[in-house]
Amino acid sequence: MTRPREGTAIPAPLLIPAAIGVAFLVLPVVGLLVRTPRADLGPLLAAPAVGEALRLSVVSASLATLLSLLMGVPLAWVLARSRIRGRALLRALVTVPLVLPPVVGGVALFLVLGRQGLIGRWLFEQFDVTIPFTTAAVVIAETFVAMPFLVISVEGALRAADARFEDAAATLGAGRWTTFRRVTLPLVAPGIAAGAVLCWARALGEFGATITFAGNYPGTTQTMPLAVYLALQDDPEAAIALSLVLLVVSLATLLLLRDRWLGRTTAPVA
Amino acid sequence: MTARVAVLAALLLALTGCSGSSAADSDAASPSSAAQNSDEIAGTLTVFGAASLTDVFTELGDQLMADHPGLDVQFNFAGSSALATQITQGAPADVFASADEVQMAKVADADLAENPEVFATNPLMLAVPVDNPLGIHLPEGGGIPSFAEILDHDVTMAVCAPEVPCGAAAAKVLDAAGMSAYPDTYEDDVRAVLTKVELGEVDAGLVYVSDVHAAGDEILAFGFSESSQAINRYPISVLADSPNPAAARAFVDLVLSDDGQQILRGAGFLEP
Repeated sequence: MTRPREGTAIPAPLLIPAAIGVAFLVLPVVGLLVRTPRADLGPLLAAPAVGEALRLSVVSASLATLLSLLMGVPLAWVLARSRIRGRALLRALVTVPLVLPPVVGGVALFLVLGRQGLIGRWLFEQFDVTIPFTTAAVVIAETFVAMPFLVISVEGALRAADARFEDAAATLGAGRWTTFRRVTLPLVAPGIAAGAVLCWARALGEFGATITFAGNYPGTTQTMPLAVYLALQDDPEAAIALSLVLLVVSLATLLLLRDRWLGRTTAPVA
Repeated sequence: MTARVAVLAALLLALTGCSGSSAADSDAASPSSAAQNSDEIAGTLTVFGAASLTDVFTELGDQLMADHPGLDVQFNFAGSSALATQITQGAPADVFASADEVQMAKVADADLAENPEVFATNPLMLAVPVDNPLGIHLPEGGGIPSFAEILDHDVTMAVCAPEVPCGAAAAKVLDAAGMSAYPDTYEDDVRAVLTKVELGEVDAGLVYVSDVHAAGDEILAFGFSESSQAINRYPISVLADSPNPAAARAFVDLVLSDDGQQILRGAGFLEP
């Protein structure tokens, strides 16, 4: 039942590829650190545009994660537990944003929510509401791209969780909603947390769908990845410094959340 | 429809001051470009070109390959700023053609450009969706209107970001028109501005004359007087570290030749 916390010695056939994997993932980040222009960092990062872009990135990624949780967890439950027909097709459809180039995703959002789009045209004509080029568009673009990561993680956790706990709850008289709330959710909480972190990280780094659907305007729609890309056109040193800020903020957030959520839930599930 | 195209054509003529050149002219032109030393020009030639040059340079590359059967011309089209960065970071290129002199200067400052020469210019025009939902029109009385005269009410507008050449030009135009705070989005390249106009998601966008040519019937475009203050000049240069300098020289010569210039005119580019 309980796994040893210390772990075991690593077999040689795993050690070497794992070490290469670490180098592959970490060296580019080391490269960023090495090339960072230390002397000029201060004034560069104190520029109001940087703070604005960073705040916008964190706020919109968090809102996108919240939206993804509200829609994605129920969706994952449907995919993992329900017996509706065409579930495989449904799963394929909702994970399309994973394989769609984000720029294409941005154009697709235009075709639905843009001023000339299926729903967007009606919103514009009836209520004079336009979604593109607003912060709402940033959140929508990020949710579109990032939510499938959450859905896949949570669905995996639901499938791995032991359904007998739910059956037991049902035999003890719990309704389906109560069972979901009191048994299923706590059971897959680590999976939801991991999915949310993945979703947040993906939303924070989102570029293609955002610049296409939401455009690029400082303070409203210019998130850090957009600021980094445009800085790269002009001043690569500034771009590196901005990337580093995004890196530090995202790492700090993820580590903090890890201690908060995942640290407690290392208890074995099965 | 026809009337609109005519308006556009008239405007282009007014703006360029050149006689009507059409695709037919450029097709008919140049059975072969002066091909001396054709035995030396072979192998692979890598040309880094501004995104706005995609169509013309592809045509010129095909022509050069037809003249020199042993030659393979490869293109890397992207924003000039990104290309300049790639070249200074050591990308193996033979020729660089930039959409403005600032980006070429970056490469020249690194002692990588041999002798940049301006081969075309490209002013900005105001592009609007083809159904012209806001009824943007030319003021009465003819002549070339000012920016504020054609855009006399609040619209959703896309321009390039100031970090890229078309954005630097757009910023000058908007400054001259006193409308700096006007745009709703700063796009990463000129084709992104064009896409948003074509989709009808913005009411207007600032794009190059050559993009107006490329877009054809998809959009309407208006010239304006301030555009003369922000005309991008396109320099081209053989690169110092070129692996194939003979072919590089041949491509640059072709671009600067009468044939090359005629193809550029046909795509909407203006004389240097």
